[in-house]
Amino acid sequence: MSRRTRSTLARIGLIAALVIGAGYAALPVLWMLSSSFKPNTDIFAYPPQLIPQNFTWDAYAAIFTDPTKVRFFLNSYFVSLSVTVLTLLVAVLAAFAFSRFDFPFKKVLNVVIVSVQAVPPITLLIPYFGLIVFLGVYNTYQGLILTYLVFTLPYAIIMMTGYFNTLPRELDEAVKVDGGSSWTALWRILVPVSVPGLVSVGIYTFMIAWNEYLFALTLTKTPEMRTVPIGIQLLMGQHSYEWNQMMSMSILGCIPILLLFLFFQRYFIGGMTAGAVKN
Amino acid sequence: MARRAALLQALPSPAAESDGGQDRLRAVRRGAVPFGYLSPTVVLLMILMVIPIVMVIGYSLMDNVIMKKNPQLVGFKHYIDILTSDTFWSAASNTAFFTVVSVVAHLVIGLLFALMLNSPLLGGRTKAVFRTIYVLPWLFTVAIIAVLWRLLLDPNGVVNYLLTTTGLTGTQIEWLSSPETALFAVTFINIWSGYPFYMTSLLAGLQGIPGDYYEAAEVDGANAWQQFARITVPQLKPIIISMALLDFIWTTQQFALIWMTTGGGPLGTTEMLSTFTYKLAFTKYQFGTASAAAVIVLTISMVLAFFYVRAQRARD
Repeated sequence: MSRRTRSTLARIGLIAALVIGAGYAALPVLWMLSSSFKPNTDIFAYPPQLIPQNFTWDAYAAIFTDPTKVRFFLNSYFVSLSVTVLTLLVAVLAAFAFSRFDFPFKKVLNVVIVSVQAVPPITLLIPYFGLIVFLGVYNTYQGLILTYLVFTLPYAIIMMTGYFNTLPRELDEAVKVDGGSSWTALWRILVPVSVPGLVSVGIYTFMIAWNEYLFALTLTKTPEMRTVPIGIQLLMGQHSYEWNQMMSMSILGCIPILLLFLFFQRYFIGGMTAGAVKN
Repeated sequence: MARRAALLQALPSPAAESDGGQDRLRAVRRGAVPFGYLSPTVVLLMILMVIPIVMVIGYSLMDNVIMKKNPQLVGFKHYIDILTSDTFWSAASNTAFFTVVSVVAHLVIGLLFALMLNSPLLGGRTKAVFRTIYVLPWLFTVAIIAVLWRLLLDPNGVVNYLLTTTGLTGTQIEWLSSPETALFAVTFINIWSGYPFYMTSLLAGLQGIPGDYYEAAEVDGANAWQQFARITVPQLKPIIISMALLDFIWTTQQFALIWMTTGGGPLGTTEMLSTFTYKLAFTKYQFGTASAAAVIVLTISMVLAFFYVRAQRARD
C-alpha cells in the first residue's frame, strides 16, 4: 500500500469515527429539539419520529402564554445577572488586593478561598437553611443571590488575580506619580484593560447561577420564586408528563448559554479550562 | 454541570513589593488599604463559609436543631448512627461506583475525542464543526440533562426502540426504574454530560505539545503507539491528574442528576451520599443526623482536595 492510499484510508476511518462520536454527542440533543415541536401525544409515537409529522409550536406557546412559566425565566435572568454583577464587583476588589499588595494572612486567605471550591453544596445547604430562615430571606431573590456567591466568588477571585498579574505594574505606578490613589489606578487603568478577563469570568459566573439546582430547590418554595431548572421539574406532574413542554422549556433554558458560547467561544473555553491547562 | 468548571488552583503569587524607608504611620495606613479592598470578600466568606461550617459541625453534635427550639447536645450519637446504618454504606458504595466509572469513562472518551480532533488529517473547518458538536452536552444544565434522558430512556422511548428493533434486547427495559439497571443508567447519563470538560482541556493540552517532539520520534523510527505512550501521555499527565481529581470531587457531590432521574430509587439502588443526606434533612427533617452525614461528606471532599492541591503544587 502506498503512503498516499494509507493516509486516505486513515482519513476515512477517522471521519467515520468522528461521525459516530457526533451521533453520541448530538442525537440526544436533536431528539430534544424535535420533541419540543411535537404534540404531547406524539412523543412516544411508534415508530419514533426524528422529524415531527405533526409539527407544532404548541409547546412553546404553552410556555409563553403561562405567566408562571414566563416568571421562571425572568427569575433565572434576574438572579443570574445580579449574581454576575455582584461577583465581578467583589472579585475585582479582592483580586486587586491579591495582585498588587502584600499583607498579613495572605496565604491563609488564599487557602480558604481555594478550599471553598471543594466544599460540597449539600454540606452548606443545611446551615444555609437555618441561616436563611433566621435572616428572613427564605423564598426570596436575596437568599438565592447571596448563597450563589459562595460558588462564584472563589473562582472569580482566582481568575481575576491571574489576569491582573499579567498587567505590568508600571500601569498603576504611572497613576501614583500623577498623585492618584490605588482606587483610581484600579478603576481608571486596570479595569478598562481587563475587559477580556471580566467577560470570561462573567460568562462563567452567569452559567453557574443559571444552572444551579440544589439551592434553588431548597431555598425557594412558591412557584413565583422558582427558577428554570426547578420549573422544568415542576412540569413532571403527578399524573401527566408534559414532555413536549419540558423539552421546549429545556431548549429555551439553554438558549442564553448557547448564545454566550457561540459569541464568546474563545473566552468561554479559555475561562473554563484555565485551571486544567497551565498558562 | 457548570460547577465542574470551578477551579481549585492556588492563587498566582504576585511579585513582592518592597517598602523600605517609609515612616511608620504611612506604613500602617498602607497596610490597611488591601484589607479595604478585601473586606467584602472577607465578610461574605465569613457568612457563607466559616459560620455555616461551624454551624453544621455544631448541629451534628445536637438533637432538635433548626425546626425545633430546644437543642440538646448528644455528642457523637449521630455519627455512630450513620456509620452503623446499612443505608449509609450502600449510598457510599453507590457513590464510589458512580464516581469511579464516571471519572474513568470521562477520561477515556475525552482523550479519544481530543486525539481525533487534534489529528493532522483534518482541516481546520472540519475540526471546528466537530468540536462544536462534541461540546454540546456541556451546554445543558443538569436539570435539562435529567429530563432529556428520562425521555430517551423511557420504557417506550427511543433508546428501547433502537435496542429492540436491532435485536440487541428482547423486551423493553425500564432503565431508570428497575433495580438491576438504574445505577448503570444514571452513570451512563453522567458520562454523557461530563466528557466535554476533559475533551476541551485535553485538546488544549495536546495543542501545547511541541511538534518537534513527534518529529524527533519519527526520525528515531517510533510508531504511532510508541509516540502516544512515550510523548503524548507523559506530556498530558499533569492535566489528566488534576482533572481526574477535580472530577472525582465533583462527582462524589452530584445531587441534581440523581434527584431528578431516580430520586435515589428504586429500592435505594442509586442512593448517593448527597441524596442520602438531603433526604435526612429535607424529607425526614432529622437535621442533626443529616448534619453528621454532611460533615462526613465534607471530610471526604477535603481529603480529595488535599491531594488535588498537592498535585497542583507539584506541577508548579
